[in-house]
Amino acid sequence: MLINKEFSLSKSANRCFSYRKRILEISQTVSALHAAGAFSCAEIIDLIYYGLKKEYKNYSDIFIMSKGHSCIIQYLILNDLGFLTKKDIDSYCKSRGKLGCHPDYGTPGIQASTGSLGHGMGLAVGIAHGFKIKKKKSKVFLIISDGELQEGSTWECMMMAANLKLDNLVCFLDHNGSQSFGKTKETHPMFYPIEMKVKGFNWNSYSVNGHNTKSMVQLLKKIKLNKPTMIIGNTVKGKGVSFMEHKPIWHYRSPNKDEYNFAINNLKKVIK
Amino acid sequence: MRNKFADVIYQQGKIDERICVVVSDISPAGSIEKFRKKFPNRFINCGVAEQSMIGIASGLALEGFRPFCYTIATFALYRPFEMVRVDMCYQNLPVTVVGMGSGIIYSTLGGTHHTIEDVSIASSLPNMTVLAPCDPDEMKLATEWCAKRTKGPVYMRLGKVGEPILTKNSIEKFKFGKIRYLQKGNDVAIITYGTFMNTAIKLSKYLEEKKKKVSVISCHTLKPLDYFGIKKMLNDHDNIIVLEEHVLHGGLGMQIRNISSIEKSRSRIQHFHLKDKFIHTYGSYENLLDSHELSYSKIIRNLKL
Repeated sequence: MLINKEFSLSKSANRCFSYRKRILEISQTVSALHAAGAFSCAEIIDLIYYGLKKEYKNYSDIFIMSKGHSCIIQYLILNDLGFLTKKDIDSYCKSRGKLGCHPDYGTPGIQASTGSLGHGMGLAVGIAHGFKIKKKKSKVFLIISDGELQEGSTWECMMMAANLKLDNLVCFLDHNGSQSFGKTKETHPMFYPIEMKVKGFNWNSYSVNGHNTKSMVQLLKKIKLNKPTMIIGNTVKGKGVSFMEHKPIWHYRSPNKDEYNFAINNLKKVIK
Repeated sequence: MRNKFADVIYQQGKIDERICVVVSDISPAGSIEKFRKKFPNRFINCGVAEQSMIGIASGLALEGFRPFCYTIATFALYRPFEMVRVDMCYQNLPVTVVGMGSGIIYSTLGGTHHTIEDVSIASSLPNMTVLAPCDPDEMKLATEWCAKRTKGPVYMRLGKVGEPILTKNSIEKFKFGKIRYLQKGNDVAIITYGTFMNTAIKLSKYLEEKKKKVSVISCHTLKPLDYFGIKKMLNDHDNIIVLEEHVLHGGLGMQIRNISSIEKSRSRIQHFHLKDKFIHTYGSYENLLDSHELSYSKIIRNLKL
């Protein structure tokens, strides 16, 4: 897979630091943020937008944020790319704003409405097959949560992606191994092994550290897209703030003032 | 209706490259096979996986296509309901879900295969259009409308096989969003939709023998409902008979009573519908209708004029 030439690891790391910082700032103005889930996929989403997604003359690649609850990070990127304004971000979840906790089709830069888990794969398969019918070279990039990999609809559509030979579909799994009820390994042990199950559906499947952008780039460069491809990014929910890491409570909660101050200082240390 | 639908969709597929057919393991018999052979890329069989049928069709619509999803009505609408709601309706995409064999036509297959509350369920979804053409000719016009529209999801309720042509001598043409008079009289109006039109026509003949002047109306567009058309129908007739192979809740009869109440109409409305009960008996279609007081003979018996 081709990585965009201008993609730089150090710039990506700086951006990811900035996303986390801005998300913590926003957390002080709204109660519902899903910060931890956004932290776990920061590096992956940054890589998709800056390293993988391509714009051609007449068409472009598509990205679907199937784990819609983490879309704050997508909003920040869309702000940086000029699709959304600072005013849009400042009015996140506010009465006159247009951005809510889940992405909504029609918002600039948002290519599908998500929020209910297990919908993105179907939409992605439909779009990817649409590209094939139209003989477009575009790809569909998708990110799903490990919770979504428990939805039957995801597996139904993965079967179809293989049937339809969709070599233009690349799905990232944000495998943070944590869901509302606790650690997936403990609450749902037969969820594992993932890679083998995905391969069993006639997909390419690879595992990688989803926070290590360098490893992801090295892996992606080697991958030949000859069938639908799943990149299992092993991640940490709440990555970047020590007291948030692996703690289910931060799935939804926003930090209070003291926690925020601690997190901002802590964030600098962790990333350094 | 099934074969005619396949013919129509094939014709539409020929003139418009955006038309796709996404099915869930329906029998390859019938002329849908023609579409598959001619346009293999635009025909997707998702297997017994209705959630993927709706999700993938919605993805195709996001990429500019006009997909038609097609399977038995219960499995087309109920099984993937959240995909219908979120993928199709919330995003307001031009996907048509065609529910085949709706009502209780699959009389011996049991309650799992009966579709008795689909109009209510589909109508309750914002953005959704609900169509129920009464014969193959009306279905052709409804399908062509679906193929040509630019946005918005549709649920189209169809019968099964062998429906006769009932609209050949209709005094009005099919017009989306308008009730359609097949014939006009000024005593009694019989209004229905879908394949129950057969019974409505039979009933009109019976009433005509009793010297009544009868209007027969196809309410093919159940949502958006033709409010002013129904208001006029209430004004023009003293007796209204609503027939529907559907439960009371959220059906046509309830909506007509609502309009009647708002408009303070004095017309008498008699509503014949399925009971709020699953059917656990088997036998012919007529047997099942009879068990819910909806057979022709029971309607005649209970009718007050």
